[in-house]
Amino acid sequence: MLVHSRTGRWAAWALFVVLFVPLFALPLLVILAASFSTHWSGAFPSGPTAGHYTAAVRGESLQALTTSLVTALTASLLALTVGTWAALAAAALGRGGKRVLDALFMLPVAVPSVVVGLAVLVAFSQPPLLLNGTRWIVILAHTVLVTAFAHQSVSAAVRRLDPMYEQAAASLGARPSYVLWKVKLPLLLPSLNAAAGLCFALSMGELSATMMLYPPDWMPLPVRIFTATDRGSLFTGSAVAVVLMATTLLVLLAVSRIRTKASYR
Amino acid sequence: MTSGIRFEDVSVAYGGTTVLDAFSLTVEPGEVMALLGPSGSGKTTALRAVAGFVRPAAGRVFIGDRDVTGLPPHRRGIGMVVQQYALFPHLRVEDNVAFGLKARKVNKGEIPGRVAEALEMTGMAAYGTRYPRELSGGQQQRVAIARALAVRPGVLLLDEPLSALDAQLRSGMLAELARLHRELPEVSILYVTHDQVEALTLADRIAVMDKARLQDCGTPRQLYRRPRTEFTASFVGNANLLPVAVGGAGVSFAGTPLKVDTGGAASGSTATLCVRPHLVGLGDGPNALRGTITEVQWRGATHRLYVDVGGRRLKADLRELRETPELGAEVTLHFAPEDAVLLGAGVTSDG
Repeated sequence: MLVHSRTGRWAAWALFVVLFVPLFALPLLVILAASFSTHWSGAFPSGPTAGHYTAAVRGESLQALTTSLVTALTASLLALTVGTWAALAAAALGRGGKRVLDALFMLPVAVPSVVVGLAVLVAFSQPPLLLNGTRWIVILAHTVLVTAFAHQSVSAAVRRLDPMYEQAAASLGARPSYVLWKVKLPLLLPSLNAAAGLCFALSMGELSATMMLYPPDWMPLPVRIFTATDRGSLFTGSAVAVVLMATTLLVLLAVSRIRTKASYR
Repeated sequence: MTSGIRFEDVSVAYGGTTVLDAFSLTVEPGEVMALLGPSGSGKTTALRAVAGFVRPAAGRVFIGDRDVTGLPPHRRGIGMVVQQYALFPHLRVEDNVAFGLKARKVNKGEIPGRVAEALEMTGMAAYGTRYPRELSGGQQQRVAIARALAVRPGVLLLDEPLSALDAQLRSGMLAELARLHRELPEVSILYVTHDQVEALTLADRIAVMDKARLQDCGTPRQLYRRPRTEFTASFVGNANLLPVAVGGAGVSFAGTPLKVDTGGAASGSTATLCVRPHLVGLGDGPNALRGTITEVQWRGATHRLYVDVGGRRLKADLRELRETPELGAEVTLHFAPEDAVLLGAGVTSDG
């Protein structure tokens, strides 16, 4: 710790509690509390029940959960593939080409996601690329949105990758494709892992672009939460939100447990 | 497979600066050639041109009879060891050594035997299942050498392989490298270093480089005993470089006539006389020079005296003296005529 005196350390902890609890923890705790109650008229919720959860893990909500999981997994994998490919390709380009490619992949982050959703909707509503009304338009929009993050974190890792490994491999007679599979990707694995988690979490929580284009048979969980609370079912919505939160955290935990040998450097 | 290396007028430039200028050099099959020079002299660039990591702006590079100038690195059939070892951190030692064999699609049944052989040769047989991070610097360097040798290259490129090791380990590894070369006499070695001791110990020939150019090339003995240029004299070993005037049967330095072999240099011309500090003696003798001591360094086995002679600082490395001479004392130094080399003679002072 950088603070050495005892009072200083206490003050730092106090500041942390005062700032962190109201800003980060309290809203989440409120949702958790609401998901277990039937009334909330006073300062605290009342009428404890687990009934919202029985609704939240079956029927339409369960379907929305699997929809979200499938969307997030597919979009993350696609984003990771495209982002990594672009990051590796950019590293091989000159300064100018690299800058153009980086800017291009940053666009979906810079542009509001509602606009991205609208753009995807307009672009893919005409034959021959008619995806509107299918699940693929949701997955496509999510991929476009999270690729930016995948590309950014992988290209940072590619920049840090010492070219000496690649050169040592080449001097030993390894073709570029062999170097990619046996040296570069294994060394990038920790970053790919982290990027995958980030993409998954972002896709699981994506609402604004999804609202623009989800078809009736492919409603992700955040949309379900929104419609539930919009109808006034605040407590059911809270339960679904807790399910979403828990699922995302569980998957992130699993991803972070994938150990990679290269991270032992 | 025996194959030498040949540079033919190789020039390399990075963004307008020439880092290697019309470099021509031949490394014979089975020869150890050291590229010796200060940092920025272009020696590493020359090595990277053989490896294929830099593309020459002009000239050609040959490995054996093959023109490899346009070939990508993985098709050149070289072995390379760099200063930072570059072992793959995610692979065990044995997989690191097997990497080149697998990449070259060597028969699967043959690989374990060749890995064991390479590890045996470098004394790392007991460490096959370790990861590089579990090894010391010296051990990592041995694995890097084993990895390069496992592919049985005709040409081995070593880029400052010992400079990340401490002094004691370095001299041990020098002996190891010399032994490896005795065991593999057909491998040509290009050894880049800025350390004259490494070059003198290991090389059959030394190419001295400075300012992107080849300055001198010869056997260690030639370069040390009979340097041709001031740069070689001062970079390969230590040297006193004295400006002298050639006249008659010898030269004169600061008004003192000295008897040395002028090698037929024109009388009246100016030249530089090179005398190695450890060949300078204290007291009277042939070619005596008187001066005052300006600095004394005790180095354990030797004393180094800096003596001001006619406004020039002369270095003398003497076997440890019983009594440390005092600063400002008048002393006489001498050297044998055959221990001095006249450099750059031929320019007449009045012409």
